[in-house]
Amino acid sequence: MMKENGSLEVPPAKGLWKVIGASSLGTLIEWYDFYIFGSLAVIISTKFFPADNPTAAFLSTLATFAAGFVVRPFGALFFGRLGDMIGRKYTFMVTLLIMGLSTVAIGLIPEYKTIGFLAPILVLVLRLLQGLALGGEYGGAATYVAEHAEPHRRGERTSWIQTTASFGLFISLAVILLTRKSMSDEAFMDWGWRVPFLISVIMVVVSYFIRKNMDESPLFKKIKDEGKISANPLKESFGHKFNFKFVLLALFGAAMGQGVVFYTGQFYTLSFLQRVCNIDFDQTNYILGIAIFFGTGLFIFFGWLSDKVGRKAIMMTGMILAVLTYRPIYEKIYNLADTSKKQETVEGFNTSKKREKLLQEDYGAKEVIITTKHSVYDDGTEKKEVIKEYLNPLTEEVVHTENSTAIHLIPKDIWQLIALVFLQVMYVTMVYGPIAAFLVEMFPVNIRYTSMSLPYHIGNGIFGGLMPTVATYLVARAQTANTIAAQAGKDLPFDKPYLEGLWYPIIIIGVSFIIGIIYITNKNAEKAVNTLNKSTNDE
Amino acid sequence: MNSIKKYLGILWIILALVAGYYLIVSQAIPQFRSGNPEDLVPAIVYTFVLMPIISGGLLIFGWYSLKGEYDSEKM
Repeated sequence: MMKENGSLEVPPAKGLWKVIGASSLGTLIEWYDFYIFGSLAVIISTKFFPADNPTAAFLSTLATFAAGFVVRPFGALFFGRLGDMIGRKYTFMVTLLIMGLSTVAIGLIPEYKTIGFLAPILVLVLRLLQGLALGGEYGGAATYVAEHAEPHRRGERTSWIQTTASFGLFISLAVILLTRKSMSDEAFMDWGWRVPFLISVIMVVVSYFIRKNMDESPLFKKIKDEGKISANPLKESFGHKFNFKFVLLALFGAAMGQGVVFYTGQFYTLSFLQRVCNIDFDQTNYILGIAIFFGTGLFIFFGWLSDKVGRKAIMMTGMILAVLTYRPIYEKIYNLADTSKKQETVEGFNTSKKREKLLQEDYGAKEVIITTKHSVYDDGTEKKEVIKEYLNPLTEEVVHTENSTAIHLIPKDIWQLIALVFLQVMYVTMVYGPIAAFLVEMFPVNIRYTSMSLPYHIGNGIFGGLMPTVATYLVARAQTANTIAAQAGKDLPFDKPYLEGLWYPIIIIGVSFIIGIIYITNKNAEKAVNTLNKSTNDE
Repeated sequence: MNSIKKYLGILWIILALVAGYYLIVSQAIPQFRSGNPEDLVPAIVYTFVLMPIISGGLLIFGWYSLKGEYDSEKM
């Protein structure tokens, strides 16, 4: 890979595609593994974390918070350090194996009813290992590809890595949907949910052997041969002011905004469609799946464009578009599913009531009364409301009530929703497509893995990961305030409570945009490229 | 641009303090006091993870900005 004069020689196209393919496939599998746990969280909680047991519920919360927020940055530090000391290739092979084996192991753990508390503890430990591995994987893959790529095409080359987070989500949704469709609901609830976890073993083995045959990054090999490897990457990354100020800039001026755009466009939008708009579960997954499918190519486009016009311009445009358009987009989404603005047809309405025995006791009840109301609107939209009333076995009093609504939209509205979600996915591709190249170019070779991984995982894991939780809390708070005001006969404090959750992304992305636009200069990237080339030429 | 960065440094420091106050006083303390075991994890995360990273990080960023570490000639 190195010429005699020490400058970086670009590998032949075939070799470079092998590098991109091997890195992207492994990262794709890691994202797939990470997402299936989240997508199947409801089932997993019934199998391993029974809600009526406080200790199990505590472990469940720990699994959610710890893996999402705490462990990923620690994984970035731990594996980043290893990657800067022993090499990119070996480190991201280790993260791949840890992630794959943890995923398969989750699919094999006996349920809580079989082995008791050992079950949730094992799930928790394996979920933490998943978080650690994810924290180490991305930085390794991005660095590995960037260090093989031609400097003037680094954005385009690394954008393939960037497609994997969205595509991993798409694959996880598809595998879960196919598994569900291939068996009865009972079989899926009983054992079928384990299939998406177990499938991972095939993908991991294939990816492991592909990666095993790859060479180490040429830049890392060079500094290793010259004995220029950092003895303490953590100290050099975060203990030296000159480098640490760039870590902070990468975090607050880019990764923070990028993480929130990413989570808003792909996760909060799904939660908003399901929980706020009450759109049918399968329809919402199709909407997101199709939008992601069509949007994935844009990662490559914006990565390529960032090589021409600079990373900053693309990322900042994506951020400001998100800040300016989130409210109108979500208002339109809400209105499309708002049945109060549609005319209900008389002939389409029917209601039914039945009493069922419960297979296992819930809320101390043995029987439940299920009332189903089915409405059809003039444009063809259908709404199904189900009210479950759990009965006290002795007094027949209602001890607990559950309401659920599912709105089934017509194809015209579905396509409009796909377009609105696609728009958000496009913002994701604008901020996310160029960011790997941006981060790689910000830091020198010997501490690159460590320095770029931490801001990325804090931006995504903490600022992004908090997004759905905070936004859902803000919506719930506004709705409660309106309910209290309505009961007291006062004016409603929130005109559109369903949009309140958007203040979190708007403020965070807005701050990141201001920092990015003022503090980041394309000069940083040029300087880093020069430093990078210099390190291969004369060090 | 350098002077704008210095003034903004003050803004980031204020923002860091506000964020810290919000995370601890509005979020963590009520959850520590709730007695609900499910609230304990978020409270610990707010206090020992989010607060140092969000407030601490932004505070240092603001300080560096105020002291001119992000001036054009130092970048």
